Amino acid sequence: MSSNTVMPVAPAAGSTAASTQPAEASGLAVAAARAAGGAGSREDRARRTGEVILSVENVSLSFGGVRAISDVSFDIRKGEIRAIIGPNGAGKTSMLNVINGFYFPQQGVITFKGEKRREMRPYFAASSGISRTFQNVALFKGMSTLDNMMAGRTLKMQRGILWQALRFGPAVNEEMRHREVVEKLIDFLEIQHIRKVPVGKLPYGLQKRVELGRALAMEPELLLLDEPMAGMNLEEKEDMSRFIITINQHLGTTIALIEHDMGVVMDLSDRVVVLEYGRKIADGTPDQVKADPKVIDAYLGVSH
Amino acid sequence: MLYRETGQFKTTYSADMAMLPLRQDRIALGALLVFAFVGIPLLAHFAVWPFGNEYLLRAILLPFLILSLAAIGVNILIGYCGQISLGSGAFMAIGAYMAYKFGTGMPEIGLPALPVLPSILLGGVCSAIVGVLFGIPSLRIKGLYLAVATLAAQFFFDWLFLRVKWFTNYAPSGSVSAPELNVFGWVVDEPIERYLFCLAFVVFFAFVAKNLVRGAIGRQWMAIRDMDIAAELMGIRPFFAKLSAFAVSSFMVGVAGALWAFVYLGAWEPLAFSIDRSLQLLFMVIIGGLGSILGSFLGAGFILMVPIFLNVVPSELGVPLSTETISHLEFIIFGSLICFLLIKEPHGFARLVSLAKEKLRLWPFPY
Amino acid sequence: MSGLSFAIPGGIGAVLAGLMFVLLRGDRRSVVDTIVHVALAAVTAVFLGYLASRAIDNPGGFLEILVGGLLSGVLYSLVALGFVLIFKASGVFNYAQGAMVLVAGLALVRSLDYLTGLGVANIVAIPLAILFSGAVMALCAFVIEKWVLRPLLNQDGLTLFMSTIGATFVLEGLAQMVFGSGVYPLRLFPTDAWILGEGMFPGGILVNKLDVWGGLIAAILVVALAAFFQYTKTGRALRAVADDHAAAQSVGIPISWIWFIVWLVAGIVALVAATVWGTKLGVQFSIVFLALKALPVLIIGGFTSVPGAIVGGLIVGAGEKLAEIYLGELIGGGIEYWFAYVLALAVLLVRPQGLYGEKIIERI
Repeated sequence: MSSNTVMPVAPAAGSTAASTQPAEASGLAVAAARAAGGAGSREDRARRTGEVILSVENVSLSFGGVRAISDVSFDIRKGEIRAIIGPNGAGKTSMLNVINGFYFPQQGVITFKGEKRREMRPYFAASSGISRTFQNVALFKGMSTLDNMMAGRTLKMQRGILWQALRFGPAVNEEMRHREVVEKLIDFLEIQHIRKVPVGKLPYGLQKRVELGRALAMEPELLLLDEPMAGMNLEEKEDMSRFIITINQHLGTTIALIEHDMGVVMDLSDRVVVLEYGRKIADGTPDQVKADPKVIDAYLGVSH
Repeated sequence: MLYRETGQFKTTYSADMAMLPLRQDRIALGALLVFAFVGIPLLAHFAVWPFGNEYLLRAILLPFLILSLAAIGVNILIGYCGQISLGSGAFMAIGAYMAYKFGTGMPEIGLPALPVLPSILLGGVCSAIVGVLFGIPSLRIKGLYLAVATLAAQFFFDWLFLRVKWFTNYAPSGSVSAPELNVFGWVVDEPIERYLFCLAFVVFFAFVAKNLVRGAIGRQWMAIRDMDIAAELMGIRPFFAKLSAFAVSSFMVGVAGALWAFVYLGAWEPLAFSIDRSLQLLFMVIIGGLGSILGSFLGAGFILMVPIFLNVVPSELGVPLSTETISHLEFIIFGSLICFLLIKEPHGFARLVSLAKEKLRLWPFPY
Repeated sequence: MSGLSFAIPGGIGAVLAGLMFVLLRGDRRSVVDTIVHVALAAVTAVFLGYLASRAIDNPGGFLEILVGGLLSGVLYSLVALGFVLIFKASGVFNYAQGAMVLVAGLALVRSLDYLTGLGVANIVAIPLAILFSGAVMALCAFVIEKWVLRPLLNQDGLTLFMSTIGATFVLEGLAQMVFGSGVYPLRLFPTDAWILGEGMFPGGILVNKLDVWGGLIAAILVVALAAFFQYTKTGRALRAVADDHAAAQSVGIPISWIWFIVWLVAGIVALVAATVWGTKLGVQFSIVFLALKALPVLIIGGFTSVPGAIVGGLIVGAGEKLAEIYLGELIGGGIEYWFAYVLALAVLLVRPQGLYGEKIIERI
C-alpha cells in the first residue's frame, strides 16, 4: 500500500510557477542550498517574484473600542515567503484573519489576484486559493488524518449529494482521484503511519504536520502559516522548515508566515513586515529589518 | 483467531475505502441481512420459537426498525454535524401527517390520493423542507441556542397538528387512521409483511446514510462539527453543510415518522410525536454512539428493551411492579445511564463494539 | 373596527419595526440575513399594529391582560434566574432546572401534608416543610455536583447540557417514586383577586393577588441574590469561578464547594418558584413543562444576565397572554403553548446574544 515516492507532488492543477522552477531545486538539496549560500538564491528569487499577488492597503480593524490593527499596508509578491513578525498582541493573527475573510476590517482595501475588495469572505478567500494553518491547531479532532486532508479537497469535489448517497460510478471515481492526490501529500509529509488515526490522539508536532497537509490539500496559491513552529523542538523545527522551503520552491506556493523564532524567520523569508500595537513599524528584507532602530526598540525596549 | 486481516491485501484505494474493509465483517453483515430478509420470515412462517410469536414482530422488531431509522436521521444531525436538535419528534409528526395528507388526497389543490410508497417519501420530503427552514438559525447560532430553536419546532408543530383540522381531514376526535398499505398490489397487512416492508426501508436508508457519512458530504458535516471556523476558512460552506445535514436528517426522521404512523400505529394522534419522543431519540443516539450508524441501531434496541425488561423480569422473579413504578424506574435508569455513558464512554455502545473488535483482532495476545 | 383605529397603530407598529430593521443593519452580512430581517420586521409591524388597535378599542381589557401577563411572566423569571445562576458560575446550561422545581414542590407539599396530617399547626408545619425541602434541594445539589459535574469537568457545553437532561430524568423519576405522582394543591398565598381602577375603565381591572405576591417575592429574591453575589466572600469566589474556573482554582478557591453552593442557591430559587406555582396550579408533573419556558426567556434576555432573565420573563409573560387572547381569536387557541419559543427563535435570528448578552467575538 505504501508507495515509495519520496518527492512528491505535482498537483493535478499544477500552478505555472511550479513549472518555472530551476531544475536543481529539489528536496533536501534546496534546504542545504538555502542554508549555505542564502544571498545568491534570494537574488535569484527576487527576479522571479515580481508580481504582487495580494496587497493590503490602509486596513484598520477594531473590536468595540479596541483597535487591533490600525492603518496597515503591505503586499505579498507571488512566489515569495513573506514573514509577519511582532511582539505578542501586535495584531499578526488578526491580520491573517482579515486576509482570509474571518474578520471584516472597518477600513481599507484588500486586493487579491487583481480583485479589489473591502472585505474578503471566508468562502471566497478559500475558493480563490488562500489556505492556512492556525496558531492553536484547529484540526477536525474526531476525524482521521486522511479524512482531515480529504476535507481539504472539498472545493475540488463536484459530485452531488445523490451520487454520494449511492456511492456509485462518478462519485467513487472522484473520491479515488482525490485520494491519490492526498496520498502523495501524505508521502511528502512522511505521515503514512498515522493515515487512519483520529487526529485528536496525535502528539502536537504531528498535528501541526497534518494541519499543514490539510492546507496543502487545497492546492493554495497563497498559504498562510500562523506560528507553524510554536512549541516544537529543534528537530521538529528543522523538519518544518524543510517542508516550508520545499513547498515554496517546488510548488511555487506563496507563503505568508507568522513566527516568533527569529532565526527561522530570518533564514526562511524573503521579506519581513513588522507590526507593533497594530501598526506597521518596518517592512523590508530580513537584513534591513534587523538593522531598523524601530524594530530593535520594539524587541529590546527603548531606553528613555 | 477467526477475526484476522492477515493475508487480505488491499491493492487499490477503493478497496481500502470500502465500507467494511475486512472480509470477516462483510461476511457477518451479509449473514445478518440474509437472516433478516429470509431467515426471520421463514422462522415466523413455521412458527419457530420465538418468531412464531406475533408480539415479537409487532411490538419489538417493528418499532425497533422504525426508531432505528429515526435515530440514524437524528445521528446525522447531532452525531455527524454537531447540530443539537430537541425537535425530532416534530419532524416525525410532519412526515406522518403529510404522508397521511398525500395518501388521502388534497382535493383543495386538486391532488388525488397517492399510493402509499410515494406518500411516505413525500412525507419525508415535506419534513426535509421544514427541517431546512428550522435549520436556518443554525447559521447564526450554535449549540445550546440551537437546541432552544428546535424546541420551537417541537412545540409549534405539536400545536399545529392538534389545532389545525385540515391536517387531520377534520376528524372530530383529532385521531386519524392510515390508508390501506397497498404497494403495487401487495397489501401489507400481516405482521411479517409489515416487518419486511419496514426492513426494506431501513436497510436502504441505512446504506444511504453510511455512504453519505463516509463521502465528501460526510466529511463536510464532521468538519463543521469538530471545528466550524476552520472548516469555513477551508472553503466548506456552513450554509450548504449545515442545511444539507438538516435536510437529510429531517428526511429520514420524516420517513420514519410516516412508517411509525402508517405501519406501526395504524391510527394515531399528535401525542405520538411529543417532546418525549424527541428526547427518546436523543437518548438513543447518545447511548448508541454519536457519529455511528451502527450505534443508532444499538441505541434504539437498548432503549426499547429496557421497559420490556422491567416489565418481564421482576414479575418472573415474583415481584411484579405497577406500571407507574415501571415508568418511573425507566426514567431513573435512562437518566443515570445517560450520565454514566457521558462520563465513562462518550461514544456509546458503538465504541464498545469497536473496542471489542480491536481486542478480537489481537486475541489471544493483549497487544 | 374603524379604518382610523387600525391605520394609526398600524403606522406605529411599522415605525417600530422599521426602527428595529435600521438598528440591526450592522448585523446583516448576507442575503439570508436581509430576507430574515425584512420578514421579521413585517411580522412585528403587523402584530404590534394589531395589538395597538385592539388596545384602543378596549383599553381596560387590554390593560388587564397586559398586567396579568407581566405578573405571570415574573414566574418564568423566577425559574430563569436559577438557570442564569448556574450558567454564570459553571457554564452549565441546566435543563434540570424544571425538574428541580418539581422536586422542590413535591417535597414541600408532601411534607406539609404529612405534618398537618399529624395535627401540627400550620405556623410550625410550614417552616418545617420549607426546611425539609431545602434539605432535599441541598441533597440534589450535592449529588449532581459530585456524580455528574465533577467527573465532567472541562467537557464541552453540549456534553454538560446532555448530562443535565439525564439528571432531569433521574430527578423526575425519583421525585415521583418517592413523593407520588398526583396533583397536590398547595395553599401558601391568597389566590383571590383585586379590582383596580373601577372609575377609569368599565368593570375595572382584575389583578390576581397571587401574581402580585409572586412579583414581590421575585423582587426580594433578586435583591437578596445581588447582595449575596456582591458583598459576601462566597459571592466573590463565585464570580471568580464564573470568569475562569481554572484560574479561580489556582488561587485556591475550592471549585467543588462553589459549584455545590451555586446549585444549592439554584435549588432554593427553584423552591421559591415552586411555592408560587404550586399555589397557582397545584404541584404536579406538568410544572416541568412550564419551567421549560424559562429557556426561551433566557434566549430573549441573554444567558448570563440577571436583569435579562427578569425582562425576558416579563416579555414572554405579556407577549404570550396578549397573543393567546388576541391572536387566538383569529387562528385558534393554545398559542401560549408555543409563542414563547417562536418569539425566542425570532430573537435568535436577529440578536443571538439576547437583549442583555454581550456580543460574542469569535477567535481562532
